[in-house]
Amino acid sequence: MLRIENLSVDHGAIRALHGVSFNIEKGQLAAVIGANGAGKTTLLRTLSGLNKASNGSAHWGEHNILHSKPEALVRHGISHVSEGKSVIPELTVAENLDLGALWRRNRKEAAKSKQDVVDLFPRLGERLSQRADSLSGGERQMLAIGRSIMSKPELLLLDEPSLGLAPLVVEQIFQAIRDLTTAMGLTVVLVEQNAMGALKIADIGIVLNLGSIAATGSAAALRDDPAVRAAYLGF
Amino acid sequence: MFQFVNTLLIGITAGSIYSLMAIAIVLVWRSTRVVNFAAGGLALASSFVGAAVLEKTGSFWIALPLAMVAGAAFSAFIEFFFLRPLLNRSGGKGEEIFIPIIATLGLLGIIKAILSFIYGDAIGSIPPPLSDKGFIVSGESIALSPIRVLILGIVLFLMIVLTLIFQRTNLGLSLRASSFAPEISRLAGIRVDLIRTTGWAISGAAGAAAGILQTTNGSGSVAPDSFEFILLLVFGFVAAVIGGIESLIGAVVGGLTLGVILAIILTYVGSSLVFFAAFVILILVLLLRPHGIIGAKGGRRA
Amino acid sequence: MVAVHNRQITNKHRFVGFALIALAVYISSNSVDEWRSFQGATIAVYIVAIASVILLTGYSGQISLGHGALLAIGAYAAALTQIYFHAPIWICFVAAVLASALFGAILGTAAARLSGPYLAGTTLALAVGLPSLANQFSILGGEQGISFDAGWPPLFFGEAFTQYKWFFWITSLAALIAMWWVQNILRSRYGRTWRAVKTNEVAAELSGINIGRSKVLAFTVSAGIAGLAGALFATTMNNVSPSAFPLALSFSIATGAVLSGVNTLGGVMIGSVALVAIPEIATSISDRWSGSGNVGVLLPDFIVSALLILTVFLAPKGPIEKFRSRHSK
Repeated sequence: MLRIENLSVDHGAIRALHGVSFNIEKGQLAAVIGANGAGKTTLLRTLSGLNKASNGSAHWGEHNILHSKPEALVRHGISHVSEGKSVIPELTVAENLDLGALWRRNRKEAAKSKQDVVDLFPRLGERLSQRADSLSGGERQMLAIGRSIMSKPELLLLDEPSLGLAPLVVEQIFQAIRDLTTAMGLTVVLVEQNAMGALKIADIGIVLNLGSIAATGSAAALRDDPAVRAAYLGF
Repeated sequence: MFQFVNTLLIGITAGSIYSLMAIAIVLVWRSTRVVNFAAGGLALASSFVGAAVLEKTGSFWIALPLAMVAGAAFSAFIEFFFLRPLLNRSGGKGEEIFIPIIATLGLLGIIKAILSFIYGDAIGSIPPPLSDKGFIVSGESIALSPIRVLILGIVLFLMIVLTLIFQRTNLGLSLRASSFAPEISRLAGIRVDLIRTTGWAISGAAGAAAGILQTTNGSGSVAPDSFEFILLLVFGFVAAVIGGIESLIGAVVGGLTLGVILAIILTYVGSSLVFFAAFVILILVLLLRPHGIIGAKGGRRA
Repeated sequence: MVAVHNRQITNKHRFVGFALIALAVYISSNSVDEWRSFQGATIAVYIVAIASVILLTGYSGQISLGHGALLAIGAYAAALTQIYFHAPIWICFVAAVLASALFGAILGTAAARLSGPYLAGTTLALAVGLPSLANQFSILGGEQGISFDAGWPPLFFGEAFTQYKWFFWITSLAALIAMWWVQNILRSRYGRTWRAVKTNEVAAELSGINIGRSKVLAFTVSAGIAGLAGALFATTMNNVSPSAFPLALSFSIATGAVLSGVNTLGGVMIGSVALVAIPEIATSISDRWSGSGNVGVLLPDFIVSALLILTVFLAPKGPIEKFRSRHSK
């Protein structure tokens, strides 16, 4: 279970998150929605160790995950797919995938993970030896998610996977995320500007506004909530 | 005709050694974005180690690897104790490169001073393990001698090993990924700091090899004020820049190009113009390709 | 904080400041021996040289490891002007500035597109390559070099006025004038433009600044000033030869710039005095120690390098900025 208590994060003099608290049960897919600058990315970056928290606590199961380096958290099962460029363009598709499994001892299991990724995203399987910069936007997103799967994640942090993608591709990606979560029993924090798409596949939702939680609840409840609909769903 | 072939041979040999030094500089640049002038000092220190080992064991074949190990250790030490704290306090833009470069210059000065203090006027000696008499071809002695062949062989071998490491091993993948995209690599679980230290260690080993070979190819003796080491540092850096400081292949291309052209100048024009020629070559290359022969704007190559 | 400080320093303030320095030089020149006069002149040389690096690197953001070569151009230009035109010394200085500025303009044009390590490599190659040219052309005097005579003090100064004191006066006067001028240009819109380009090239270009021209201008001015330093150097040495401009000189100047704080002119004295004082201090330390003779030779380099590293770690923007930021807290 992911337990966040009173988490505050500063960017220099500016406070990006103000005492945020929430819990996510194991196996749940949580959508974190909100406007630009609401603090969604900051939240993920703090959970994965890229940013330092100023206050509060965060626990994944037993582990206190604040004050750890990202590379250490990966070994605790936390995998963060960051916003935008999350693949390394100069490396091949296969190399990008292998990168995620380098820390793993068991080579056989790593090979199995690679097979899982290829099964989930056949397009990647066709392009294994191509450089990642030759992929389309949607394929790059698949590759990024694929790489995180290679890290044997238990907690998956996804930052705006739908950004810049065509609607059809977005649907595919969201579907893949949903399937993934269920099949692998992952706990997922899905940060999205595409609130509707995210809430459709999520179990619970968290609405962030200017660094604070504006609303939480089951995804279905939030979808029906008139205030949320007005603010984020456009109707 | 013979003179031209000889010139080429001399140039390729010298150039291959510069390439090794250039590789050392490129490795550090890619992993840390710092031009490491201290690499010259480390090569010097490692060469002294090599000379000492040679004295104790009498075997070049033991001295060279041990010197490389020493170079790796020295280099990793510097990365850990000097560069990391330095980069953690890095200044703003503009001095972004200036301050670290000057810092490595300072390190170079300290290393030289320490070596001079320890060794004083003593000279380390690394005579060539093979004959330096040229082979006889058509009744004339050409510039290709057993030691030259050895040097070329060693450099070639090291480059193949490096390429294999970088392209075929997990370590190599980590090294490349960490230098292209440190943040993504961290998120994939790569211990980027450790990898960076490893990159420096490899750089130190390459520099050590360059130092030993440069000594053997030259006067056979190493002293703290050795002119050969100034040459190695300056030409190694110039070679790296000519090739495109982002690319290991560029380092090789740059080194060989520089070596051959300088040898031609040396033979056909005169020795006092060699340094100026290096400058002219560099400027000409950069005028046409501001990021070196191989370098591409914004892009990074293997 | 710094900007406010600048606005409070009017030209009148500056003039008083410079006058005070001139007075200090005058007084000290009357009470020191030949050796100190020589050192004083050397300090003046370094002040001008370091200022040129501060302008190019600290303000315009272009790195140079080759200012020694620019000094060489100025020095040779001054000497040649004297030999072939029998010009008075001030004309020789002007020739030095013009010659090196011209070279700087050419170099700057070639270098404008170069960034970071590429520029560093180019200037490094220049530092090593240019002085050795003198060996090739007999007109430049080869290895022995050519002589440069700054002349003797005018008779009305009296018998006790030594030649080194004369050198001290000449170099100090030239340095003062140069520093006044450099400070002017750094405080002008040219200086601001350089800073703007250094801070954010894209933004600067968007606000209408011609990046290329700005960079070339910086190179030209910096080179000219370095040329003056070279001419002053020739004054103190009475001779100009390739061996006077080794790579180590370029490194020393760059080191002096960092010790002074490469971003601002204010600390220029610190680096210059350090570069001259440290060898002296080191020698007296090693004399007292009477350790191996080696130490005396090595200690200056060691101390300078150690100081450099300390500065980089503790005060990367230079001691002046560190001092200011401490006091503004």
